[in-house]
Amino acid sequence: MSEEIDTSKRHFLTVATVVVGSVGVVMAAVPFVSSMEPSARAKSLGGPVDIDISKIEPGGMIKAKWRGKPAWVVQRPQAALNELPKNDALLRDPHSDELQQPSYAKNEWRAIKPELFVVIGICTHLGCSPLYVPQPGDPSVGPSWPGGFFCPCHGSKYDLAGRVFKNVPAPLNLPVPLHFYVNDKVIRIGENPKGSSSKYTEPLVW
Amino acid sequence: MSDEQHKRDYLDVTGGWLHKLRDWIDVRFPMTKFWNEQVAQYYAPKNFNFWYFFGSIALLILVNQIVTGIFLAMNYKPAADAAFASVEYIMRDVNWGWLIRYMHSVGASLFFIVVYLHMFRGVMYGSYKKPRELLWIFGMLIYLALMAEAFMGYLLPWGQMSYWGANVIISLFGAIPGIGNGLEQWIRGDFYISDITLNRFFALHVVAVPLVLMGLVVFHLVALHEVGSNNPDGVEIKKHKGPDGIPLDGIPFHPYYTIKDVCGVILFVAIFAAIIFFSPGLHGLFLEPANFEPANALKTPPDIHPLWYFGSYYAILRSIPNKGLGALVLLLSIVILFVLPWIDRNPVKSMRYRGPLYRMLLMLFALTFVVLGYIGMQPATAWWAEIGQRISELYFLFFVISWIYSKPRSTIFMVSGFAAVMLIISGLDAISWVTGAAALKMYSWLIPLVYCLIFLLLPAFFPKLIEPKPVPERVTFK
Repeated sequence: MSEEIDTSKRHFLTVATVVVGSVGVVMAAVPFVSSMEPSARAKSLGGPVDIDISKIEPGGMIKAKWRGKPAWVVQRPQAALNELPKNDALLRDPHSDELQQPSYAKNEWRAIKPELFVVIGICTHLGCSPLYVPQPGDPSVGPSWPGGFFCPCHGSKYDLAGRVFKNVPAPLNLPVPLHFYVNDKVIRIGENPKGSSSKYTEPLVW
Repeated sequence: MSDEQHKRDYLDVTGGWLHKLRDWIDVRFPMTKFWNEQVAQYYAPKNFNFWYFFGSIALLILVNQIVTGIFLAMNYKPAADAAFASVEYIMRDVNWGWLIRYMHSVGASLFFIVVYLHMFRGVMYGSYKKPRELLWIFGMLIYLALMAEAFMGYLLPWGQMSYWGANVIISLFGAIPGIGNGLEQWIRGDFYISDITLNRFFALHVVAVPLVLMGLVVFHLVALHEVGSNNPDGVEIKKHKGPDGIPLDGIPFHPYYTIKDVCGVILFVAIFAAIIFFSPGLHGLFLEPANFEPANALKTPPDIHPLWYFGSYYAILRSIPNKGLGALVLLLSIVILFVLPWIDRNPVKSMRYRGPLYRMLLMLFALTFVVLGYIGMQPATAWWAEIGQRISELYFLFFVISWIYSKPRSTIFMVSGFAAVMLIISGLDAISWVTGAAALKMYSWLIPLVYCLIFLLLPAFFPKLIEPKPVPERVTFK
């Protein structure tokens, strides 16, 4: 037998071993990485919830919990709705072009029924829950405040349709979840209206 | 008689069996070799000063955190419906539980104070420069692991600040385009910060990160002992060796510096104990009042901010009115520290020999970091956001000017550097211009202007101010 070493064969075998080994490592990592995804239980607990809106007062707000996030229903008086278009020039996305709402809520009020605003109360900046400050000129925000939602964490501002103002850190409007009216008194959050063609499942940021 | 000979004779006389045991082990395990190489015959410069206490103190705190952490884990429950109560249980019902927990929580804050001082020492004396770049990078990785460890540990008490602080930090990952939402969900393991998130943060906090941390500490020390310690003069003691091959300006780490470090430790433990016993929350700085309220997913506390040691980065993040850009600049503010050895290329290491302006720049940088930390703790008002923006500019200007000071520059270079920096800053102002806040922006513009006048325009005409002084051949004493 020859004492000579076939270096090209050795090189091939080394590379082949490293490649096969690396593939093995990557494949072995899959179950571990995947185990950190939401579990089956977490997903099922994230199903739709019903909110009773029969007792809401004008200007009032109901807070519910959906997927651990605050889901708000705000009753907006007609006077406040009339003021909404006046904010347009001050807003980043006045016509809700960014996918922060299902198609059936892409309108002037960002709602199915103008007076009832359904929204996830999570600032699109860094996940704080903004304060509901409906009173125009409220001293806690400032004299030019038109009324809306104010995030105390980093100072982001939204109008009463959850539309974000310019020059605040939040990039996008407040997210509107999938929802529909089961009847006049109950809203279901987390599900599209029957027969809806909306492909929206979750907002860009929430 | 050499030290080594003396020790051998001493062991022979006092106890032959000890000597034999040592030899028995040494044949099977390099015990004496390791001790000598790493401690008894590791020669450190003899001019170490006060600033050289903090490395060994940091190691002590690491041990403190691990030991107290083990005992806390015996009584803590990582579940959303039990965590808050189990911390109360530790505080009230477990024998000495309050002490163990305060040692852990105060220890965490002191860890950062000591690490910041340790890092500042490195910057003052140029300890990150060749051949210690990797030593510095291992140190930075330790700092990064420490930040991760502190962040995840802070969720465990499951208070309001734990919950919403974690929310803010995890949301930062959401700023990554395309994968942001999915990544956030993967980190949380749920649609929100839930029991699942708490459970995994516990696992990472008590197993994964501490292991990484300890590995990095070993790397840090191995790198240090390979290249040898720097010193306040920034001279290499290995350049001047005696006939026995030992650096003339070196003394064995043990017993000289072990004894010195014990003095530092005694002083440190006294301060540590004083805080634990007299003010464990340090007026809301080490333990925030809002965290004494259990986590509530529906209500954000009126003013949320991370613990003080992240304050500086938080201020930088908050000062930028754009989510993606804010997250990016925050990342940059940390990454830039990693590459400091390649920014400041001036061959003179210690600030002692780098001219008065560089010294001033360095002190202002430290002040900048502290002031940013203070701003990070303030409410999110427009005034603080604006001031935060200006001080953040100074934070980054330190690196720009450090690079410019790397070698002698012409007057034209300095003047155009000044013009370029002011142009960029004014350009940024123009982009973020808000009519209502114009006056504030104009006044605060003076802050970077004065800074650049002093550090860029002044040395353009008085280059002596940044000209290095001759570095001595051997270490000096002050």
